[in-house]
This record gives sequence, structure tokens and C-alpha cells, in this order.
Amino acid sequence: MTPDTAMPEDGPTLVQIRDLHFSRGSKHIFRGLSVDIPRGKVTTILGPSGTGKTTLLKMIGGQLKASRGSIIVDGLDVGKLKRGQLYELRKRMGMLFQSGALLTDLSVFENVAYPLREHTDMPEALISHLVLMRLHAVGLRGARDLSPAELSGGMARRAALARALVFDPMMIMYDEPFTGQDPISMGVLLELISTVNTALGLTSLMVSHDLEEAMSISDYLVIISEGVVVETGSPDELRASTSEWVQQFLQGRPDGPVPFQAAAPNYETELLGESSASR
Amino acid sequence: MSDFLQRFGRVWLGMVERLGRATLFLAQLVGGVFSLIKRPSLLWKQLHASGVMTLSIVLVSGLFVGMVLALQAFNTLIDFGQENRVGSLVALTLVRELGPVVTGLLFAGRAGSAMTAEIGLMKATEQLSGLEMMAVDPFKRVFAPRFLAGVIALPMLAAMFSAIGVLGGHLIGVEVLGVDKGAYWSLMQNSVSFTSDVCNGLIKGLVFGFVVSWIAIFEGADCIPTSEGVSSATTRTVVYSSLAILGLDFLLTAVMF
Amino acid sequence: MNSRAIEILVGLFMLLFLAAMFILSMKVSNLTSLTSTQGYTLIAKFENVGGLKERASVAASGVRVGEVTNIAYDPETFEASVTLSIDESYASFPMDTTASIYTAGLLGEQYIGLDPGAEDDVLQDSDEITLTQSAIVLERLIGQVLFSRSGGS
Repeated sequence: MTPDTAMPEDGPTLVQIRDLHFSRGSKHIFRGLSVDIPRGKVTTILGPSGTGKTTLLKMIGGQLKASRGSIIVDGLDVGKLKRGQLYELRKRMGMLFQSGALLTDLSVFENVAYPLREHTDMPEALISHLVLMRLHAVGLRGARDLSPAELSGGMARRAALARALVFDPMMIMYDEPFTGQDPISMGVLLELISTVNTALGLTSLMVSHDLEEAMSISDYLVIISEGVVVETGSPDELRASTSEWVQQFLQGRPDGPVPFQAAAPNYETELLGESSASR
Repeated sequence: MSDFLQRFGRVWLGMVERLGRATLFLAQLVGGVFSLIKRPSLLWKQLHASGVMTLSIVLVSGLFVGMVLALQAFNTLIDFGQENRVGSLVALTLVRELGPVVTGLLFAGRAGSAMTAEIGLMKATEQLSGLEMMAVDPFKRVFAPRFLAGVIALPMLAAMFSAIGVLGGHLIGVEVLGVDKGAYWSLMQNSVSFTSDVCNGLIKGLVFGFVVSWIAIFEGADCIPTSEGVSSATTRTVVYSSLAILGLDFLLTAVMF
Repeated sequence: MNSRAIEILVGLFMLLFLAAMFILSMKVSNLTSLTSTQGYTLIAKFENVGGLKERASVAASGVRVGEVTNIAYDPETFEASVTLSIDESYASFPMDTTASIYTAGLLGEQYIGLDPGAEDDVLQDSDEITLTQSAIVLERLIGQVLFSRSGGS
């Protein structure tokens, strides 16, 4: 399945990325990346470390600008939006950062209530209702008065999820949600992500390199390497793929198309000097 | 030689680039201040963090500085038979110079570095990104309140420093060293002008507050989001603020006095 | 810390600032004299003002009644023209009052002393004090002493 023509059959796309180019300094992160993120599904973006997966999420959210190419979210070209329009779009997207990114000087309740207080004039009772409902959905209603410093990593992410959900967004982006979690927290998160996606009819876009977990709940996978999309498809399609590269990645083999040794001069020469190589 | 020039040029170019970034940052800061009118509670919180928390160190320092000034002034003036002038000397030195400058340095070290560390940490833990993704402008909610609080708090602290310094001078000069109480105060009143001394001192405080807050917030927001980055940003805040205060003090003094 | 406590502390902070400003303006600087009752102006011309400075006291019988507001050189009469601001409550100086420049103590700062005369007419706002005595210039004094000494013997 080639990247440019592959399109999931279920419903229209929510995010359409075409020919994306982005560099940081002299390093080219994206070199003509194109992908369609389907609406209403759980999509995971996979790839080796350092391929710019988090950068991609930031670009979808409009925090970084592409040097070339376009990102279209729900019909709007993110790169061309004015500040006010971008802020409006962001209200319809939720983002879960790796560390949760809760505001450290507010309690869990206040953190989840924050977007409501900032952007609406809702009465306190209504805010309280919405916040408690979200907290209950993630299982943290009892932790409402704790400060973020008192939460474990997993709990912090759940609180951040509650906050991201408070406006009933159309899409939630998850930046490495499974990294460093114990099995139980992992299970909780997996459960939450897929439940939330189905129950609220969201589109979930995850970035991860935790293969097993990602494949267990994703409907659609996108593998990125060297700044372009290498392979897309459902988990089953990918497992059946004949590409050497995909197989190395899926099975976690240390050597293959992505070599074990980084590019270096001849080993013998470097150790023993030029003369020994010619011997 | 050319290698040295290249490096030198690059360093300077880097500084100029940084200064440009800082200036654009300042423009956004000032813009953010206007929206504070709708949410004054953010300002009170920061006034507490910058002003109230620096108060104790300012008062204690002011007292000691005033006392030392009186002591030194007395020792020098008595040779000329002018020990009655201790009051004038203490008051003028404090109000015109030491009040704003020392307070500025203390503020940079305490409140300025705290601001940089806090903002840097917010950047490192992605809280600033989080705010942006929630469609909240960090300039309006995080940076501008701290900036305005710094601009307001520093001149106020400087005034308190000078006032308690004068009282400290009185304590040493009159009570301990025996300068005539009436002479202390009346000669002081004759030589300290409200408009050109006290008010100019306040203006200095305002300028210092502006510069220190700007540097502190910019360094925090611009730092590399690692623990190392935050630490060096904090150090830079204190160093640059201190240098800026001393440099500006010279300029302002030359213009005003 | 809850917002109520913060507001109280910030309020106290403001009060402390006002107290400091009060001390600085009332006790430390000359604000009291600036805002005190209005004064009327008199001009006095001197041959030599010596070390007289602006804001120096103007006293009558040793009591401060006003201050020097301006010292300027008059290029037409080749004299120094000193502007005095006298408190309104002392508005009865006769026209033949003498204005002299004295020194407070031996090496202190200089001030203007007013010695009232005997005329009936009173100095009004913007009047000129015609009888003036310049400051004592040390060099001239020494010169006089030397001259009289050598002349006397």
C-alpha cells in the first residue's frame, strides 16, 4: 500500500497533510510527508525515535509552521489561519502532552475547569458539573483537590485527558501516552482512550513507539521514517506487510534496513591504521 | 586571526539577534498588559509574589544601609565640623541612588530569578505549550501579569528602602552618635527636594522595574527547556539585570541630576 | 495561599508604600514648604551673592520667613538679581528694609537676613528691596585688613 493513494474506507478524513516540509536548523525533519487521518477512528503514528512525531502534532495544532506543504484540519488550512481563527480551531482540539502539562499552581479540579473559566462565562454550578463529569469519566473524581505534584504520572495524564475533553473536542492528540507507565496504568489509559473515542465519537491521533499497546487499540497506523510516510494501514494489514523495513520495526529486530552500526569509516582502518588495511 | 574575527562576529551577531527577539517579546508583553484590566486578580497574585515576598529583604537591607551611611557620613563630616549634615547626606544618597539601585539589585536577585525559574520550568514541563493548545495566550495569562507587577513593585520597594534607611540613619546619627535631632531633620528637609530628588528616585525605580521584569520574563520564556537551560537562564537574568541597572543608573543620573 | 490572604497582604504592601512616601515627602524632603501657604515675591539686587544658593532661607530676626527661589545675573545693571518668596503671613516689611547675605555659623551655608526699616509704606508683591548688603568675600576682607594695617602704622 503506497502512502499517497492509501485512504481508509470508513468516512471522510479529518486531517489531510500534503507534501509537508519542515526543518530545524540544518536537520530536515519532514521531506514531503503526506497522510490522511480518518475521522472518528484511533490512528497511531509510529516510527523510530527522533523522526519528529511530536513535531507533527505541534504542526497540526498550529504551534509550528511548515516551510512547505499544507495541513488541513476539518477543511481549514492550519498554516494560513489568523491568530483568532487558530485559537478557535484549538478549542476544538484537545492535546495530551507527555507529562500531562497540568498547571502546577492549580488543583486537579481547577486545572480541568481552566479552559471553561478562560473561554466561557458559565456559572460556577455548571462548571462544577462539567468538571466532575469529566473527572468521573477518567476515574479521578476523588482526586479533585490534589495538586499536580501529588499525582502519579498516570494520574496526571488522566487529569490532563479530562481537561482535554472538557469542551467535547472533535479530535484529541496524544503525545507518547504510554511511555514509562506501569502495566496497570497502561491498561487504564488504553481503556480510556478507546472508550472515549467510541463514546464521544472523537478522532484520536496518537504518537507512540510502544508498538503492542498502540496496535491493540488503533484502527489505523501510519509509519514515518526519514521524514516521509513509509507505510499505512490497519494493524492486520501491517503485520502481513512484505516490506523488510516494516517487519524489522514491528518485530523489533536490532539489525535490518535500519542498520545497527551508525555510518562510520572502516572498522579495521580506524583501529589499526591505514597500513594494516592494505595488508 | 580571521578565525578569531569570525567567532567574535558570530557572538556579536548572536547577541544582536537575541536583542531583537527580546524587543519583539517586549512588544507582545506590553500588548498583553492591556488585557490585564479585565482580570486584575492575576496582577494581585504577582504583586504578592514579587512585591510582598521581596519586602522583608528590602526593609532589612534598607535599615542596615541607612545605618552604615550615617556612620560613614558622620566619620567624614565631623572633620569639617559639619556633622549636622548627616541627615542630608543619608537622605540624598538613599533617595537619589541607593534606594532605587540597591533595591533593583535585590529585586533582580530575588524576584527576577524566581520569575525566570518559574517560567522556564513551565516551559520545560510543557505547561506553556499546553496553554497555547487550550487557546490561552501565555502572554496575557502568564507573562504580562508578572511584568506589570515588577514595574509597579520595584519603585514602591525603593521608596520603602529609602524611608527605612533614613530612619536607620536617624537611629545611628541622633540616638547613638549624638547629632542634634532638629538639625538632622531640618537640614535634610532643606536639601532634599520632593520633585527633583524623591520623584526622580521613583522614576529610576520604574525604569529598573521595567528592565528587570523584561529580562527576567524573556530569559524564562526563551530558555532551553531542560534543567540546565533553566539554571543558566536564571543566572543570566541576575547578571544582565544587575548590569543593566548599574548602566541605566549612570545614564539616568546624568540626565536627571 | 488563597486569594483573600493574597489581597490582604498586597493591600498591606500598598499601605506600607504610602507610609514610606509620606515619610519621604513630609519628613525628608521639602514638600511641606512647597505646598505651604502661598507667598509673595520680592526682588533684591546684590553686587555679590557669594555662596548663596536657591532654596536658601530668608530670615527676619533669625526666624525663617521665606526662601530664595531664583538667582540670576542682570547684564544691564551688572548685578545679581535674587528673587525671594516670602510667606503671606509676613506682609508688613517696610520699603526701607535691608536685605543682607549672612553666613550661618562660621563656615555654614549662606542665607538672606531681612532687617526692617522705619518707613510706613510696605513692600508689596514684585517690589524691589533697594537696600542690600552683599556677601562678605573672604579675599576682600583679608585685603582690607592688610591695607588698614599697613596704613595705620
